[in-house]
Amino acid sequence: MSAADTGRRTSRTGYLLLLPGLLWLVVFFLVPTIQLAATSLYDPSGSLDSGYAMTWSFSNYWDALSTFRAPFLRSLLYAAVATVLALVLAYPLAYAIAFKAGRWKNLMLVLVIAPFFTSFLVRTLAWKSILSDNGFVATTLQVLHILGPGGRLLATSVAVVTGLTYNFLPFMVLPLYASLEKIDLRLIEASSDLYADALTSFRKVTLPLSMPGLVAGTLLTFIPAAGDYINAELLGTPRQYMIGNVIDNLFLVQLDYPAAAACSVVLMAAIVVMVLVYVRRAGTEELV
Amino acid sequence: MPDLDRDPVPGHAGADLTLTSVTKRFGSFTAVDDLDLVVEQGRFFALLGPSGCGKTTTLRMVAGLEEPTRGTITIAGKDISRLKPYKRPVNTVFQSYALFPHLDIFENVAFGLRRRGVKDVAGQVGRMLELVELGGFGKRRPGQLSGGQQQRVALARALINRPQVLLLDEPLGALDLKLRRQMQIELKRIQTEVGITFVHVTHDQEEAMTMADTIAVMNHGVIEQLGSPGELYDSPATTFVSNFLGQSNLVKAEVVGRDAQDVLVDAHGSRLAAPAVRARRTSGTVWAGVRPEKVHLTGGAGGDGSAPGPGANHLTGGTVSDVSFIGVSTQYLVRMPWGQELTVFEQNSGARDSFRVGDRVDLRWTSEHTFLLDADQDAHAGDESYAALTEGAAT
Repeated sequence: MSAADTGRRTSRTGYLLLLPGLLWLVVFFLVPTIQLAATSLYDPSGSLDSGYAMTWSFSNYWDALSTFRAPFLRSLLYAAVATVLALVLAYPLAYAIAFKAGRWKNLMLVLVIAPFFTSFLVRTLAWKSILSDNGFVATTLQVLHILGPGGRLLATSVAVVTGLTYNFLPFMVLPLYASLEKIDLRLIEASSDLYADALTSFRKVTLPLSMPGLVAGTLLTFIPAAGDYINAELLGTPRQYMIGNVIDNLFLVQLDYPAAAACSVVLMAAIVVMVLVYVRRAGTEELV
Repeated sequence: MPDLDRDPVPGHAGADLTLTSVTKRFGSFTAVDDLDLVVEQGRFFALLGPSGCGKTTTLRMVAGLEEPTRGTITIAGKDISRLKPYKRPVNTVFQSYALFPHLDIFENVAFGLRRRGVKDVAGQVGRMLELVELGGFGKRRPGQLSGGQQQRVALARALINRPQVLLLDEPLGALDLKLRRQMQIELKRIQTEVGITFVHVTHDQEEAMTMADTIAVMNHGVIEQLGSPGELYDSPATTFVSNFLGQSNLVKAEVVGRDAQDVLVDAHGSRLAAPAVRARRTSGTVWAGVRPEKVHLTGGAGGDGSAPGPGANHLTGGTVSDVSFIGVSTQYLVRMPWGQELTVFEQNSGARDSFRVGDRVDLRWTSEHTFLLDADQDAHAGDESYAALTEGAAT
């Protein structure tokens, strides 16, 4: 058999292997996305009963953006704050698991993943009781005069951001751990041999080498957090509603499909653009 | 020529590296045991020993990457034993090179200079890359370089800081044989050029002898012998050194007397002489040793037991049991009447007879090439091929 034959054979095998995944993507991603984009351009005066006409109503976007500007910005802000908080909490944790945990390493990793064994909804409900007005957190903060008398935690943006941070923390910890764990400790030794104290070694060696995990972790936290509606629903009030709540409401309560679809597309586009800018800035292509 | 040949330390002399009763324990295991060592300024010093002998631990203690359990380390009289690694006037070339994968070659080499806020980084890095023959590689990443090139970057990255002592931890271990030879010569050239003290850790005796002007042979956390390659090779102090540096024939013998400069021994009925200066033991039972290339074979007359001529040692009654043609030399194994197999290397100069398996031969060598060792020591200590053989038999 000639080399060319082998080459053709393997490339055909490659396509065959791709086929199931491609089919899955076409049916469950491409078609729905096109459908969503199409819906966002339907005549807004239509309804589920009378049906929608495709009128290329780009004004849907303008309407959605102007009507729901506040929840949009709130989503991005909450997601950004939660991402930063998760990073601040996760980096030392991932660092400790990777470098200091010794034989406790596997146990600690299991503990990071353990929350996934219960439902997202149940865990968020648990936070509802933790942050409740008579809960020990609120009363302790009142005793310490950090929270005024009658001050609340529940139904505030603090509660929503806390919920978001908690729920997406593992998505920050795991990629950070994975990239920290890969770092060759001899590089840190080399750095200290070359006149870098512990802090400088961290800034110049550990941190840059953990960038792939940092970028992956922030994306895995920010993207789902920006689209989340459970936390705002359970821990907040309509004044804390995020764009996810708006879309949920438009689709399921108001049945305003074109507006709901327009909001979804805007959210998606905003996230894609931000991610691209972010990844380019972080310059991780070079690191991988 | 890069401007590197000026003294790294003003006042040249007195910048010795001194280890005083340095001990390192890991739990109950003693890696380095009460080690005393002085490395003079400007030396190419090799710490030679098998893996696990404590040589790397010693190096890491000098670098500050391990803290001694006991003892002090000084450079130029200044105690550095408790200083953090980044405060010591030493730099290390790591076995794995440990180049920073996220930085290009230029920034790798510049790392130490930048940390110390040195001016003219670009100029110095450029000159250093020229010295290791990597000019024009500055923009590449470590991953894009071959093993030999990475090795030279690691060397440049350490050397550019002009340490008082440069530590090299098996720096050539990952290179193939040909490249290793080339780098040995290269390293020696650079060391001569910069005049910095090099402390080189290796398990490769040939590498140590090629490059170093002083070798310390380490075993089980202590230094067995220290000296120039020639001294160690010609007058090994222990069976370990005699086997670890090159090969040795060790024949059991009894001291029977002395004459002017020689100690006389009886080895299985033959009278051998050894210079007293090369006798580590002058009474009782000893190992009489000789290097295989010092021995010549002559056709055996059948072992007449004749006394050796003046200045010659003579073992008779051998039978050739194996012949390996190596090219420049032929390696013979000769079985002696008492059952021991001795090794002889004969140069293939054409001037000597060649022998075949089964031939009767006598062994002759000049008595001044004989050394005497303490017979309480294991005759196979440091003999790696023997260790491999017995380990293979045990499993």
